[in-house]
Amino acid sequence: MTTITYVEAHGQAVTVDVADGWSLMQGAVANGVEGILGECGGSCACATCHCYVDEARIGELPPPANNELDMLEDAAAPRRSNSRLACQVKVHSAMAGLIVHLPDRQQ
Amino acid sequence: MTSPDKVVIVGAGQAGLQTAEALRGMGYAGAITLLGAERCGPYHRPPLSKSWLAGEIAAEQLAMRSPDALERKGIALRTDAQAIGIDIGKRLVRLADGGALSYDALVLATGASPRMLDIPGRDATGVLALRSMEDAQAIAQRMALCAESNRPMVVVGGGFIGLEVAATARKKRIAVTVLEAAPRLLGRVLAPTLSEWYAQLHRWHGVNLVLNARIAAFETGADGQVCGVQMNDGTLLPAGLVIVGVGVQANDGLARAAGLACDRGIVVDACARTSNPYIFAAGDCTARSTSEGTLLRLESVQNAVEQGKSAAAAVMGQERPFAAAPWFWSDQYDIKLQIAGLSTGADRWETRGEPDSGSFSVYHYCGDRLLAVDSINDAREHLQARKRLDGEGT
Ligand SMILES: Cc1cc2nc3c(=O)[nH]c(=O)nc-3n(C[C@H](O)[C@H](O)[C@H](O)COP(=O)(O)OP(=O)(O)OC[C@H]3O[C@@H](n4cnc5c(N)ncnc54)[C@H](O)[C@@H]3O)c2cc1C
Ligand code: FES
Repeated sequence: MTTITYVEAHGQAVTVDVADGWSLMQGAVANGVEGILGECGGSCACATCHCYVDEARIGELPPPANNELDMLEDAAAPRRSNSRLACQVKVHSAMAGLIVHLPDRQQ
Repeated sequence: MTSPDKVVIVGAGQAGLQTAEALRGMGYAGAITLLGAERCGPYHRPPLSKSWLAGEIAAEQLAMRSPDALERKGIALRTDAQAIGIDIGKRLVRLADGGALSYDALVLATGASPRMLDIPGRDATGVLALRSMEDAQAIAQRMALCAESNRPMVVVGGGFIGLEVAATARKKRIAVTVLEAAPRLLGRVLAPTLSEWYAQLHRWHGVNLVLNARIAAFETGADGQVCGVQMNDGTLLPAGLVIVGVGVQANDGLARAAGLACDRGIVVDACARTSNPYIFAAGDCTARSTSEGTLLRLESVQNAVEQGKSAAAAVMGQERPFAAAPWFWSDQYDIKLQIAGLSTGADRWETRGEPDSGSFSVYHYCGDRLLAVDSINDAREHLQARKRLDGEGT
């Protein structure tokens, strides 16, 4: 279990324990965090799991693959340098305490 | 009816959960009961034929919400609770366990069931279809046996689910034959060039693909286990597992028995309203009447989500038509197909990008009108096509 904090669009922070090997998307939807839809179930097909990873730590994550980058281009909320698709980021212990900000819309 | 006190939703799948959460999102404060016939709560089905079957993720990772998360939203989930009848007059839903629930508004989100083939041997052990987690677990188990004992499997039906399962089986090095009755794969949805492209893809990965296939029977051993597929031309294909992926039927039995209008699904309007003012329906169980007067049957996550939102709005007495362009995806090997729009009626196709590069899109037109775009590993084209089709549709 690794502790992740999701900050919902209106500022509410939700801290949950996510099992290792789960994605940031799975950790959020299972816990009912507002602002991540994850409609495709993690197939990198819907872009409804867009999130902004803590800028200071974005470099610690494995970089996005091309299809993730392509999907991010047209996500509903603006893309930033720290944008990721939450379903493509697998949680592991080195990510403890990571803060993930959610956009105000996913569609 | 602006504020019902009690909403009952039958079917705890993608559409049912969406309806429940959309109701809360709209400020509905009454009771919501979500009835599910399965033992577990709502989960994502698409990975069942993809990453889950490939062993890349665990079953728990498919869950859409934890029980806690549902409770916090005041959604009462009842699993293992099958609805068996609706009393329209008394506004009651009867349950298999003998109980009954009264409703002010009822939402049917009962999904669909795999169609089976009516041929000898259809009940043999090891002839399986894929819809639920339980189905997927049975298939995974038998696939493991096939891999261990070096036995081949046969997939009947070259549609999305069949082809995804075939691709996953090839990852496990199981010998796979895909039998497709039509002259091309995914004939109803893909442009002809793409059917051919997919046929080559599967053959390249070692799938024995038979088009125009005619099946006579499933051969059954003395132990009741399937052991092969008998073709009309006399060929016998040995098989330790047969997957039947020949489409689904809407689960509209409850609605039919209650006298609601049904036609290959529960007939709804663009706002998810049925022919009864207190009953709404969403997802795979529906057939939506379009402005052109035809019935549209969609089986996709997007359709379940959008109709779920429409149903919630309709329960609250508001109109929220489902008007967005349909979209769908499929993962096979390392190829992602994304479809935007509906290609029915296309008479002209245009390819953008290089098929040989493995990233390209096929545009379907009827005359000058863009109907749909199929994108292969080409997410940007897909998302732009969706925007374009949404824009043209409104
Ligand atoms: C293997 C597989 C792969 C797929 N891949 C894709 C894909 O890549 N992309 C895509 O867009 N779509 C895909 N789909 C389709 C998608 O999963 C469905 O369109 C979607 O789940 C429909 O949601 P639904 O809520 O209408 O039905 P379901 O999710 O099927 O939910 C219906 C629920 O109602 C329950 N139920 C039925 N009758 C009763 C009753 N009388 N009482 C209580 N409960 C009842 C059922 O048990 C079921 O749990 C796939 C489906 C499968 C099976
Ligand atoms: S869940 Fe669909 S892209 Fe991440």
